[in-house]
Amino acid sequence: MNVAAPQSSFLRWVYRFYMLAFLVYLAAPLFAAGMFAFNDSMFPALPWNGFTLDWFFSSTEPKIGMFHDRRLLRGLQNSLIIGVAVSALAVAAGTCNAFLFERKQFPGKNIFYIMMIVPLVIPGVILGISILVFASMIANGLEETFGIEWDFLRPGIFLVILGQFSFLTTITSLVIGARLRKFDIALEEAALNLGATRLRVLMTVTLPYLMPALFSAFVVAFLVSFENFNTTLMLVGSDAPLTITMYDRMVKVGSTPVLNAVSFFLMVGSGLLALLSVVVQRGGNKEA
Amino acid sequence: MPRTDIGKLSFILLFAPFALWIVLLIILPQLGIGYISLREKVGPGEYTFGLANYAAFVSEPIYWNTLLRTAWMSILVTVMALIIGFPVAYYIAKIAQRRSRAALFLMCLIPLWVSDLVRAFGWIVILRETGLVSSFLQKIGLISGPVEFLYNDATVVMGLVYTVVLFMIVPLVSTLDGMDNSLIEAGYNLGGSRLTVFRRIVVPYAMPGIVAGCIIVFMLTAGSYLTPILLGGKNSMWFTEQIYEQFVTRYNWESGATFGVLLLVFTSFVVWLGLRLTGQNLASTVAKD
Amino acid sequence: MHDLQCESLSKRFGAYTAVNSVSFNVPRGSFFSILGPSGCGKTTLMRMIAGFEEPTSGDIRIKGKSVLSTPPNKRPVKMVFQHLALFPMMNVGENIAYGLRCRGENKADISRKVAAVLDRVGLPGTQEKQVAQLSGGQKQRIAIARCMVLEPDVLLLDEPLGALDLKLRERMKIELKQLQHQFETTFLYITHDQSEALLMSDNVAVMNAGQFEQIGSPQELYNDPKTGFVAGFVGDSNRWPGRALSVSDGKVRVALDGGGEAIAQAGDDRIAAGSAVELFVRPEVLSVGAGSENRLAGTVESLLFNGASSRILVRSQGGNLVEVGQAVMDGTGRIVPGAAVDIGWSHGHGRCFSVSR
Repeated sequence: MNVAAPQSSFLRWVYRFYMLAFLVYLAAPLFAAGMFAFNDSMFPALPWNGFTLDWFFSSTEPKIGMFHDRRLLRGLQNSLIIGVAVSALAVAAGTCNAFLFERKQFPGKNIFYIMMIVPLVIPGVILGISILVFASMIANGLEETFGIEWDFLRPGIFLVILGQFSFLTTITSLVIGARLRKFDIALEEAALNLGATRLRVLMTVTLPYLMPALFSAFVVAFLVSFENFNTTLMLVGSDAPLTITMYDRMVKVGSTPVLNAVSFFLMVGSGLLALLSVVVQRGGNKEA
Repeated sequence: MPRTDIGKLSFILLFAPFALWIVLLIILPQLGIGYISLREKVGPGEYTFGLANYAAFVSEPIYWNTLLRTAWMSILVTVMALIIGFPVAYYIAKIAQRRSRAALFLMCLIPLWVSDLVRAFGWIVILRETGLVSSFLQKIGLISGPVEFLYNDATVVMGLVYTVVLFMIVPLVSTLDGMDNSLIEAGYNLGGSRLTVFRRIVVPYAMPGIVAGCIIVFMLTAGSYLTPILLGGKNSMWFTEQIYEQFVTRYNWESGATFGVLLLVFTSFVVWLGLRLTGQNLASTVAKD
Repeated sequence: MHDLQCESLSKRFGAYTAVNSVSFNVPRGSFFSILGPSGCGKTTLMRMIAGFEEPTSGDIRIKGKSVLSTPPNKRPVKMVFQHLALFPMMNVGENIAYGLRCRGENKADISRKVAAVLDRVGLPGTQEKQVAQLSGGQKQRIAIARCMVLEPDVLLLDEPLGALDLKLRERMKIELKQLQHQFETTFLYITHDQSEALLMSDNVAVMNAGQFEQIGSPQELYNDPKTGFVAGFVGDSNRWPGRALSVSDGKVRVALDGGGEAIAQAGDDRIAAGSAVELFVRPEVLSVGAGSENRLAGTVESLLFNGASSRILVRSQGGNLVEVGQAVMDGTGRIVPGAAVDIGWSHGHGRCFSVSR
């Protein structure tokens, strides 16, 4: 008997019904957003006019599918570039932070650790505007005093990367740090004892051990970057990533089923990536 | 000693990226908006410094009403997320069988990775005048014409709860998971009723998870932008919208920065208060896994 | 010729002295153990030899050459870690080949040497196995093989049996001794378990509070302990406080606290008439019945049956609890709880050490 569960069978059924209702609540908007990608209609609304893949692949007006919509594709491409760049940077910085906080003893460590966490509790909009303001101050200063034009400090992909990097690094540091904490330092000493140089120990023992965490930190960072809106909105220039492009479309043009197609694509893509990261993480924990 | 030299060098190499990140992307930019918020434009390229922007905020009821409304609704959303999320977390951690537990947890996590935008869009498709709910109710004859379910406060709260409830469930599951069932058994064995066992044993045990969940949920709600705007319409009166408007539409950075500082101070204060009242600290609640 | 020599080796962490001026020599090819309770500094000592800690003062010589300036990855000592530290991301073959690869040996040599060492530890053909697939005892042997393939001058073992269950531990003790014999390499073994140290070692150093109390063969430590700590720590012993009445000719007359008198060998030369002492008598030299040189009267409190190491617990009239080793307990004898008995032992079997009160 599970003492934690309700004892009367009526209550148990009520509880189960509640769980079911909750899962329906979770799934409903995702289902609705995905479903109309396949409806052969000009609007994402009932009635159901039959199944179609036009909103993905059609290249003729008025139904331009997402894979033929140049702006959406550019947005997707921008999202990919930003996502890969920012994830790689955040994983690199997160690895350094993990080693710094797990391996080194230094004065003020606790305060620095809290500073590392803080970006996670600053609202994304504020991270966005503060980086925008700071970058512009530098850019204006350079322009006024030296006459140098540093365009990458104006809204655009570079600032979006910086903005997302500023809080993703906290996430990657925590993910990688958690794994490094479980690492048995005796493994490194054993490798050293067997004659390996420090660099070799890092490459053959420590980094392979961290690999699952590095991978899942990368995936998490990539997904969060891909779906990020608040910080990105403030920093975006002409090269808007997919979420911003989609938002613009929604606000200016109104919703068309091509947005459902993009939604479906995003859901499947991130669902698969997230699942992959869970599997890799599981495998890593089992072996350790 | 050569070995301590290596130690020092590696410390510097590890500390440098951390310092660059925190100083250049967090501290200086925050100081930057603080600085801009104290600045007032008096002519082209001419500025004076003072609290004029803050005075403007206080004297304009629509601004501080928006902040209060954002705060109030964020707290409401946090409480609702806790009430809705706790039973779910409890079910996953304590009641579900081993195998269905992982599946349930994964099902709860998958929407986490779907963009806010997609989720809000899904609600729009369901709730608007031509949406699924309206069509369905017309079909069964409950209403005679199309009804708009969007653009009201209840929908905004519902949508916000939807967006953040998973951030409540995840820390709760990981805390409750660590609770041994024998604690509950001991509670009954010592004569506790269902309610006392829940109140005196389960809730105190889950407190770190509750605090962590509430902080994250509150921050996310107060800082959210998409859901209130898309589900509440342009007149949803959300504070982040004000910031965006000042910055992008009116190009008034001074007052936008002021609003940003106010939002940051306000949310930090609430988080600090929450941690203080429950005796938790930031590092242990947020960085638990 | 000594494989390993330590000379007044000390290690201080701030105000705390972990290892205090320790000196010893380990002859080539011998099995040397350092035995001590946890926290006595034995792990620090081993880590200094392996190069993971730097000594505050003193010298470490391997085959006569000081290794103080040699970094840990260049020292000719290999170490079996407490939890073995087998690399989980590599299979058995890769684990063993790791050190050879670091040396940059060629592939053919590596695979030949790996196969050979696996043969010697009795696990031929297991190169492709994953570490997680091995049993506790097999992991142990792989950890030793990983070191031995590098032909070290000294093999350090840091309580490697600690994580094993009791049965396996008993078997691995014998196996370790055989492996040492087979490789003819110097083993330096650290443990807090006196039965491990006694069973396997040629020589044992008993360590306490950062210092060596005594170095000797297992027989010497057991039969001729030089300090009270050694007498109490190595093997089981009854330990009674008392006061010396007189000392003559290496024999001490002791008045036990709570009553009773006995004559015992003086363990050190600081004992004088009137000084506080402790008397150590091993359970197996005690016998129940009349006719011995030393006598104590008491009452049987309980019988602890444990096969060959069964005990009779007797409460002496002075109030001391006495453990008597008596293998035969068939229940037919007159020794039952509550019975009045005399316990006896000869003068030579008791040992007396001074106590600084």
